[in-house]
Amino acid sequence: MSDKVLMKGNEAIAEAAIIAGCRHYFGYPITPQTEVAAYMAKRMPKIGGTFLQAESEIAAINMVYGVASTGKRVMTSSSSPGISLKGEGISYLAGADLPALIVNVQRGGPGLGGIQPSQSDYFQATKGGAHGDFHMIVLAPASVQEMAELTVKGFDLADKYRMTTMLLADGTMGQMMEPVSLDFDIAETVEKPWATTGTKMEREHNIVNSLFLQPEALERTNFERFERYKVVEENEVLYEEYMMDDAEICIAAFGIAARVSKNAINEARKQGIKVGLIRPITLWPFPSAQFAKAAERVSSIISVELSMGQMIEDVKLAVEGKVPVTLCNRAGGMIPSPEQVLEAIKAANNGGDK
Amino acid sequence: MVVFDKPHALADVPMHYCPGCTHGIVHRLVAEVIDELGIEGKTIGIAPVGCSVMAYDYFNCDMIEAAHGRAPAVATGVKRSDPNNIVFTYQGDGDLASIGMAETVHSAARNENITVIFINNAIYGMTGGQMAPTSLPGQVTQTSPYGRDVNACGFPIKVCEMLSQLDGPEYLERVAVNNVKNVKNAKKAIKKAFENQVNNKGFSLVEVVSSCPTNWGLTPKKALEWIDEKMIPYYPLGVYKDRSAE
Amino acid sequence: MAVLTFKTDKCKGCGLCVDACPKGVLALATDKINKKGHHPVEAVNPEACIACAFCATMCPDCIIKVER
Repeated sequence: MSDKVLMKGNEAIAEAAIIAGCRHYFGYPITPQTEVAAYMAKRMPKIGGTFLQAESEIAAINMVYGVASTGKRVMTSSSSPGISLKGEGISYLAGADLPALIVNVQRGGPGLGGIQPSQSDYFQATKGGAHGDFHMIVLAPASVQEMAELTVKGFDLADKYRMTTMLLADGTMGQMMEPVSLDFDIAETVEKPWATTGTKMEREHNIVNSLFLQPEALERTNFERFERYKVVEENEVLYEEYMMDDAEICIAAFGIAARVSKNAINEARKQGIKVGLIRPITLWPFPSAQFAKAAERVSSIISVELSMGQMIEDVKLAVEGKVPVTLCNRAGGMIPSPEQVLEAIKAANNGGDK
Repeated sequence: MVVFDKPHALADVPMHYCPGCTHGIVHRLVAEVIDELGIEGKTIGIAPVGCSVMAYDYFNCDMIEAAHGRAPAVATGVKRSDPNNIVFTYQGDGDLASIGMAETVHSAARNENITVIFINNAIYGMTGGQMAPTSLPGQVTQTSPYGRDVNACGFPIKVCEMLSQLDGPEYLERVAVNNVKNVKNAKKAIKKAFENQVNNKGFSLVEVVSSCPTNWGLTPKKALEWIDEKMIPYYPLGVYKDRSAE
Repeated sequence: MAVLTFKTDKCKGCGLCVDACPKGVLALATDKINKKGHHPVEAVNPEACIACAFCATMCPDCIIKVER
């Protein structure tokens, strides 16, 4: 087992990205993710990489688009309002099938909102987040270790499927300090014959583009892209099950909400309530099959979220009305307490004969 | 002996531009320069949104289509990815001077080592002739049907003059393509803008005063005359910054 | 002697080459239309050509080859 170092979540993302071979970072300061940029500003010049503080989030994502076009690993990071600004570039990345990693350390919204942790960008991240038919792969870490591991995995998946990956963290994860092992398996390098690296007068020119004026051609690229998405859905779903073997009540939660929920589950178990957790690690593709399977035997599902209830819609779609799905939430930068979740578990237990 | 032929870097395909549109001339000048410098194999061009959106089909070097106004940011990424490559953007006035003004100013301020070809024809062509940031005072367009009223919609932006106030950029020149002499000067400026990049001198922008016969409502010939009569008096030709020469 | 070659089907009939020619070599064909539906340029006075390439310099569609 390798040595562990104590790191902030945001710093773990940055160091993991460097280990994954990312040498280009573009960003714009915004709380609560600025440590990523600060870390990159220190490290990149020492290792021959690029750190550039862009004039805006919009410029930053388009610089990402430029590097991604050349086939190199590249990332940007921001927080909720900044991600909205990046929406245009995210859609173009999808339209041109470019791999990149985008980190969103979420804060409360809408609008300028606040600077405290939130999960209220779930819709934005998992349902596209900008114009047009597309998806990002969305990874939701629940520890500083996962902040690092999923950063590496995010780059690998992006390259493998020519997709943008979003690491969807929150302010708590970003600021939290935990011991991290930085010993990763890096996937094999993916060939990128489509990259615009100069023809060297040896091949036809490559074009990176999302414009298709003929509707037949645009439809075809959309269908082809969604065939690729189907492969991702079939092969890349990640989730954690906690005490689900004999569970009669299931909690659905990701990120910091899952950590709070585990505390509540441990307490509920002491009180004799059989409750477990399904924690989606990929929010897209969503572990729908796991929730559908759980719905065969639990009496109810509680979605614990730092939002007004966003993931709950995907849980409901997954269980197709077989069991009631209720919401236990805080919003606007507030975090549900273990006690609040325990109360929700007790309420489900009292009313929950299947 | 061949006196004149299509440059290799220009693709041998029909261009979608209207009859008499000078985009084609500027495309050819860029391609001639790429040929003369022998850089086609390591050049990456960035196309804008606007009339020249499909420029990616017209050059034989690698090409990228950028979001509206973002070409200098995309070019920054491409150049930083491999500084040995030659990166140019080709942008219209709406793209460069309106929606993409921040990207323009900041890439110039950073002295980003890229070449920017800026087509100023004082109108939005692709969308059918709306007012541009460079439309002249009083100019009638679809969205200034009574003529550009500077009290209501402000004055045109003189990009070269504005950028020349920055310490960053290496080279700024305004040229025109409305007659043989001006086209030859434009070629020289474009060549210099690429040579500057090859020699790692930094941000070089050539503003090309161009025509839009269709949306100006003029014949191709009259449109070129209008450049002399109306455009050049407001947008004087010349070098606005040449740091190496200073 | 100068030789002009035209990619006639790419010509859009804008006439900028005709105006640029100092010797009156070129004209738009009034009796022909090309594949694009334009009256293409043609050399009506080819022996007057001095191979200055002004026509090609002003042609937006790069359809003219000039040889001497």
